Amino acid sequence: MIKVLAKSIREYKKPSLMAPILVSGEVVLECIIPFVTAELVNRIKAGCSMRELLWFGVVLIVMAALSLAFGALAGASCATASCGFARNLRKDMFYNIQRFSFENIDKFSVSSLVTRLTTDVTNVQMAYMMIVRTAIRCPLMLIFSFVMGFVMGGKMALIFLVTIPILALGLAAVIRKTMPLFRRVFRKYDALNSSIQENIRGMRVVKSYVREDYETKKFYDAAEDVKTDFTRAERILALNNPLMQFCIYVVMVFVLSFGSYLVITTQGLALDIGQMSSLLTYSFQILMSLMMLSMVFVMITMATESAERIVEVLSEESVLKNPENPVKEVRDGSIDFDHVSFRYSKKAKRMALADVDLHIRSGEVIGMIGGTGSSKSSLIQLIPRLYDATEGTVRIGGVDVRDYDLETLRNQVSVVLQKNELFSGTIKENLRWGNEQATDAELEEACRLAQADEFIQQFPHGYDTYIEQGGTNVSGGQKQRLCIARALLKKPKILILDDSTTAVDTRTDALIRQGFREFIPETTKIIIAQRVASIQDADRIVVMDGGRIDAVGTHEELLRSNEIYREVYYSQNKVGGDEHDQ
Amino acid sequence: MTNKKQAKRTQGMSVLPRLFKTLFEFYPVLLPVVIVCILFNAVVSSIPSIFMQKVIAVLEANWQAAEWSAISGQILKLVGILAFFYVLSLIAGFAYNQMMAVITQGSLAKMREKMFSGMQKLPIRYFDTHNHGDVMSYYTNDIDTLRQMISQSFPQLTISMVTVLTVLGIMLYYSLWLTLVVIAGVICITFVVKKIGGNSSRYFVRQQQALGRTEGFVEEMMNGQKVVKVFCHEEKACEQFDQINDALFADAEKANRYANMLMPVLNNIGNVLYVIVALIGGTLLLENVPNASISGLAFSISIVVPFLNMTKQFCGSISQVSSQLNSVVMGIAGLNRIFDLIDEQPETDEGYVTLVNAREKADGSLEECEERTNVWAWKHPHGDGTVTYTRLQGDVRLFDVDFGYTDEKIVLHDISLYAKPGQKVAFVGSTGAGKTTITNLINRFYDIADGKIRYDGININKIKKADLRRSLGIVLQETNLFTGTVMDNIRYGRLDATDEECIAAAQLAGAHDFITRLPLGYDTPLSGNGASLSQGQRQLLAIARAAVADPPVMILDEATSSIDTRTEAIVQRGMDALMTGRTVFVIAHRLSTVQNSNAIRVLDHGRIIERGTHEELIAQKGTYYQLYTGSLELE
Repeated sequence: MIKVLAKSIREYKKPSLMAPILVSGEVVLECIIPFVTAELVNRIKAGCSMRELLWFGVVLIVMAALSLAFGALAGASCATASCGFARNLRKDMFYNIQRFSFENIDKFSVSSLVTRLTTDVTNVQMAYMMIVRTAIRCPLMLIFSFVMGFVMGGKMALIFLVTIPILALGLAAVIRKTMPLFRRVFRKYDALNSSIQENIRGMRVVKSYVREDYETKKFYDAAEDVKTDFTRAERILALNNPLMQFCIYVVMVFVLSFGSYLVITTQGLALDIGQMSSLLTYSFQILMSLMMLSMVFVMITMATESAERIVEVLSEESVLKNPENPVKEVRDGSIDFDHVSFRYSKKAKRMALADVDLHIRSGEVIGMIGGTGSSKSSLIQLIPRLYDATEGTVRIGGVDVRDYDLETLRNQVSVVLQKNELFSGTIKENLRWGNEQATDAELEEACRLAQADEFIQQFPHGYDTYIEQGGTNVSGGQKQRLCIARALLKKPKILILDDSTTAVDTRTDALIRQGFREFIPETTKIIIAQRVASIQDADRIVVMDGGRIDAVGTHEELLRSNEIYREVYYSQNKVGGDEHDQ
Repeated sequence: MTNKKQAKRTQGMSVLPRLFKTLFEFYPVLLPVVIVCILFNAVVSSIPSIFMQKVIAVLEANWQAAEWSAISGQILKLVGILAFFYVLSLIAGFAYNQMMAVITQGSLAKMREKMFSGMQKLPIRYFDTHNHGDVMSYYTNDIDTLRQMISQSFPQLTISMVTVLTVLGIMLYYSLWLTLVVIAGVICITFVVKKIGGNSSRYFVRQQQALGRTEGFVEEMMNGQKVVKVFCHEEKACEQFDQINDALFADAEKANRYANMLMPVLNNIGNVLYVIVALIGGTLLLENVPNASISGLAFSISIVVPFLNMTKQFCGSISQVSSQLNSVVMGIAGLNRIFDLIDEQPETDEGYVTLVNAREKADGSLEECEERTNVWAWKHPHGDGTVTYTRLQGDVRLFDVDFGYTDEKIVLHDISLYAKPGQKVAFVGSTGAGKTTITNLINRFYDIADGKIRYDGININKIKKADLRRSLGIVLQETNLFTGTVMDNIRYGRLDATDEECIAAAQLAGAHDFITRLPLGYDTPLSGNGASLSQGQRQLLAIARAAVADPPVMILDEATSSIDTRTEAIVQRGMDALMTGRTVFVIAHRLSTVQNSNAIRVLDHGRIIERGTHEELIAQKGTYYQLYTGSLELE
């Protein structure tokens, strides 16, 4: 895990290494300064000269300035190191996700990817900052203070052997107790938040059924439950402070009473007053370092889960790779499925497609129909190599799709996906996804073909109308038509519409198909639909059932010979049958 | 709070008093107790330095005598008092830490509850006009910043403040001159904190915004990742991401740089101050300058040494205050947003006609009763004190209704229509014609601009919204299921329905078959909006949910999303079963489903352009005819 993460440090190795070095300098000075000040105090007591006093002052101020310089530089390089690391992590993840094939994408949910790129990275960033800052600082401080404590206090420092284990054990116990609690409560907290999301999304249902009070009650219960757990965890965690205070107080009382005894009985030989007060300072530093260490430890443990989730994305390898010497040109729009079988993952027992053999001529219009789960979408996704066939080959223009340059292939095979997305930006910007260089005239032409021009013109800002995230400010049918226009702008050799006119009314649907026939006759078109009306004028219709081709033929042929097709057709036309026969 | 929403949005520091007021309302007893404990702890924690100084003074005076027995009493007494204060401090510390844990989490829970219950009362318009992600972040990000502020910053600030004040007092007790030196240092520190801390806070706020932008971009791209692939848009996406990511980095780096620098800078100003105090103290000692102080003590080593320690403590406390600066700034920003949500104007309801169970008297009139009779009546109190009861039948009439989501743009014009009890009225028309809008008006998700809607002869504005909605069932285009079992989801329609009634409803809807095939049947848990179910199955559950509610009027919004023909047929059967014997409004997306309606209304651009039965409209050869035969005619 650390190896994978470390790869993202890159140009921030220098600040990452500089920070601990600078911190060491800071620590050394921080430890020496009280030593020197103790000396200064002693000199004042001894009644030293003004010169001597000034000399000490200058030395101390120089040291403070150095310490400040070290500290500030350490802080700055620490910030650069951790933020830079986080930036690289986000970048590497995003870039890797862009390399994902559909199979990889299917593995991760959108919200989990978003969390990984934001919250998880932030957690790791904080932990990294802590590590860089304190990895050296705390142990160094601990050892130094410990040694100084013994140098100064001699046997007195033995008190540390009592208090340190108490504190360490106490802190460890608190961590041990709270970590599982926190982990559990964070899961509950996530569940609480997703229930809020559910409520917001389903607000129409809530209000329709007048369930506001019920929802509130449900939420109260869940919120109280989270509260109870959180409070329990926090109460245990809140023991840290008093525990720390307790240890400090024990040391203080001990040093003051036993120290006084030593000072008096040995006449300041075993311990003088200055040493006694330094001892107090060092003991404070030791306990603080321990406290810090425990905090770092908590942070690292909490960040570990985040780190694991990040590594999962980083180490996910795309299963689709560009070939060595890719073919950069697609000859024509013919498609051949040679005994193709396909399953979504190696573990899947069932084949999504079994032994599909289908040959489509360039320029042909193919309709495709079949129930949910009949694998229509799976079949067409093999054409632009969104997935690779498990067995058999898919060829376009006579060449295996695996031999093409991926970009070339996907530019020539334009798919309008079932789950379509527009992106925030103007209509023009969205359309130019299809072709960056497209002129305004070309955009309008594509939109006319997709029957989108008319409604776009009606918008106050026309083609410069801003589309909100997720395309929420256009209707479903408008969105689908924009998506078709976008796909047309590629001027592909093969155009695939995967159930992409469901929200478009039948008349517009027909107009779109008519446009295809008239203006892009040489493009091979595959149209998947639930409505027979959308495909019955195709050159050939493929009926899919359970991952196999059930039949191929024209509308009339299938109506005569195919059971499934006939059933679908009559169920959709049972009442209006008369009109159709006119 | 019930007072009207302020015209201005709450801004800036002014939310803090309100937060304290709210916290005080949540914990009227515990909060004062905890504040007292914190104060006590702070005071008690600063006292020991006095006794330490005293012990040292005793030692100073006697260390050459080497007579332990002579002074042991004195020292042990001082240490004893010290220990006593330590114990007090420990108790107070323990108590306030424990209470603070309770108060923090309790207040957050109550705050969440307040937000949530307030949110339930907001009109649908709020949810239609606000990004759901933004609303969510009130509950996540903003509450988190609040947590930090309540649990850490407040106690820390209080303690530091008290420490600063007590230490200041003790300093004055020892020496005025040296105190002035320290105060000069503090002014210097304040200046630095303002400079560095201010920058740091500014960039932290910017970092939060940049993080929000990154999150938005990533979410959008991840949602459309497959589209990105299909259009080979990966490089473009990476380029865009780099820009956003680099901007985030720039802000985060600056924010953290300033934040990280603050501590070393303050510490070393503290060190320098220490040196200066030592030098000046030493000089004063050497030169025998007369002291000015509360105690009236003359300058001596036993004043300078503890004073030096106090300088350290003083600077430490000030650093503590500064380190909380960022979380306070972010907390205030979050708090402003939270109060904005709480202050949103709730849905108003001036209705006074309610729905009650009724019983038919011998003379045929209705009287109210407690038990469920399956006869419902509108209870209509009149101005003169009389109450009339009207039987709930499901007669809905719209008269010349105009409506616009905003005042500027009217989307429905002059809509008049009526549905007698048991009739089925279908709305047909292209997307955006206003079909869904009409249904939004009938159940008063939105209020009409002009015209009248009557339900069983009563103006719906007079009916209590809850009762109006209870008398209407809705199956929406998009199915929303809730986390819980299948049974819970069906029972959502009527909370007191028995298992048998729920199962009967599922059977009616045609959902029973697939439910019994689920691994745990009706007890199968659903989550993520029923992600484990197919589109059609979820719709069947929504139909069963409406069936168990058993309202006299139904609004059915057909799903546009594609389900295969076989499932569609099952869903259709479910819908048909649900419709029998009820007044139904159907928003049709497939013409095959509307043909057996009593009345069809064709809508276009917010107007009814054709009305009649299927046969009449076909005969008219108008828009309906074109829509209906469109796919054939256009060949």
